[in-house]
Amino acid sequence: MYVAVKGGEAAIANAHRLLASRRRGDASVPALTLEQIAGQLALGVDRVMGEGSLYDPELAALAIKQSRGDLIEAVFLLRAYRTTLPRFGYSEPVDTGAMVIERRVSAVFKDLPGGQLLGPTFDYTHRLLDPELAGDHPVAEPVRGEAPSEKALRVSDILAGDGLIEENLPSEEDSDVADITRTALEFPLGRDARLQALARGDEGFLLALGYSTQRGYARSHPFAGEIRIGEVAVEMVLPELGFAVCIGRVRLTECQMVNQFKGSAKVPPQFTTGYGLVFGQAERKAMAMALCDRALRAAELGEDITAPAQDEEFVISHSDNVQATGFVEHLKLPHYVDFQAELDLVRRMRAEHAAAQATGRQDIATDASREAAE
Amino acid sequence: MQQPSSELHGPGHPEALSPAARMRQRRLSVLAQAPLPRMAALWRKTGLDPDIEILRGPENGLVALRGRIGGTGQPFQVGEASATRVTVRIIGGAVGHAMITGRDNARAQLAATLDALAEDPALTDRIEQEVIAPLEAEAAARDAALGAEVAATRVNFFTLVRGDD
Repeated sequence: MYVAVKGGEAAIANAHRLLASRRRGDASVPALTLEQIAGQLALGVDRVMGEGSLYDPELAALAIKQSRGDLIEAVFLLRAYRTTLPRFGYSEPVDTGAMVIERRVSAVFKDLPGGQLLGPTFDYTHRLLDPELAGDHPVAEPVRGEAPSEKALRVSDILAGDGLIEENLPSEEDSDVADITRTALEFPLGRDARLQALARGDEGFLLALGYSTQRGYARSHPFAGEIRIGEVAVEMVLPELGFAVCIGRVRLTECQMVNQFKGSAKVPPQFTTGYGLVFGQAERKAMAMALCDRALRAAELGEDITAPAQDEEFVISHSDNVQATGFVEHLKLPHYVDFQAELDLVRRMRAEHAAAQATGRQDIATDASREAAE
Repeated sequence: MQQPSSELHGPGHPEALSPAARMRQRRLSVLAQAPLPRMAALWRKTGLDPDIEILRGPENGLVALRGRIGGTGQPFQVGEASATRVTVRIIGGAVGHAMITGRDNARAQLAATLDALAEDPALTDRIEQEVIAPLEAEAAARDAALGAEVAATRVNFFTLVRGDD
């Protein structure tokens, strides 16, 4: 017999009202503005945009405010919002080589055209809490230097000249670009679909997997060939006009990992690359993404698949934190009937167990309960 | 200083376009990146306030953003960006378009209106000189200021000379 029950409407309404009150916090403290969140918690906003897969700092700030700073909940809100909007079309691929650079470092070449530009980095800070930030002390203006006239060439372009590194060239034919928001995942994926999934993947998950490759689970000897952060122009062909125009700019972080490759029958030894491209200033995520991208190229490069980070189905199926949280958190929802059935089963097994012990046939009872548990 | 706004790579590469189309491409690109207060201030200074009819929008939607594998290879989707599009017609005049990232309907509508005004051959040069050129110069100045701040964080390596031998 299945009996549907209904209830909790008043409890839910009151819980949401309580949530709204707790979200606001102490009413004698001014409410946060979206400008404050977007301006002063900018890297949290960037993370929500990246994993929410929607570039809109104002909306991401709103999502963070609404979620009380729970970034995965904020990502969820952005993902839900994007489903309500029509898609106007596809941009031309952005040109990260023409980025207006805010930070650019290479761990492989000391002197490279354009130089090592540290930008607004946490690197080399002492990680000591700064009590001054508890107040609103005036901040010194940034120092201005003289901008170099030379173009900041990509490190991969510098190495490519000698054939020391694999070259990434667009193929001649205009093949379809994978879109995991339109087509269900089907393994094995192309590298385009994989990168799309990694770009929106959970930073913590990708960081842990990237770390695992460094610790020896699919070691690939990575170097941070180049990391660059800055704004790129978004161009799009307007059908009314028939030509591309710039429709605005987005801030991106790009990471090129350079990895060893021993070569194959067809290809002489050369460096290979892993690629990361993420919304906003998100260096750790871009690096983790590049490590995972390289590890997931194992099959393509003829390497043995021995580690979790190389297992495409494992990595991509578990990298999306909205999917992950949905399945984990659904466990909170009422499972009263499921559990009632389990309860019945355990009671029956216990009764059989007791009966078997009483008759000294414990071995058989143990087998039966093992079967039931499976 | 690099100017991505003037480096367009997609179909409709500047060299393949007529001078008028190239001018419009540049105009729309400058307007798309201009902050609303500045755009509005320069527009008000022109004294041009035509009656307009909105043909489409303003409509909020998404643009799928693409990158290239390794920066130069096959395209892939990085994610989406919010965008707003609007098409206006000046009563008895030209049609103007705007497509901008973000969800600022007022900014999109003003950009489309300025585009429509500039489509009138009698006003093209005025809009160019009084609105587009100043906005472009301001954008270049913002980039130059950012470039100078970043340049101050450039690492200058020097070699340590050891004194013990």
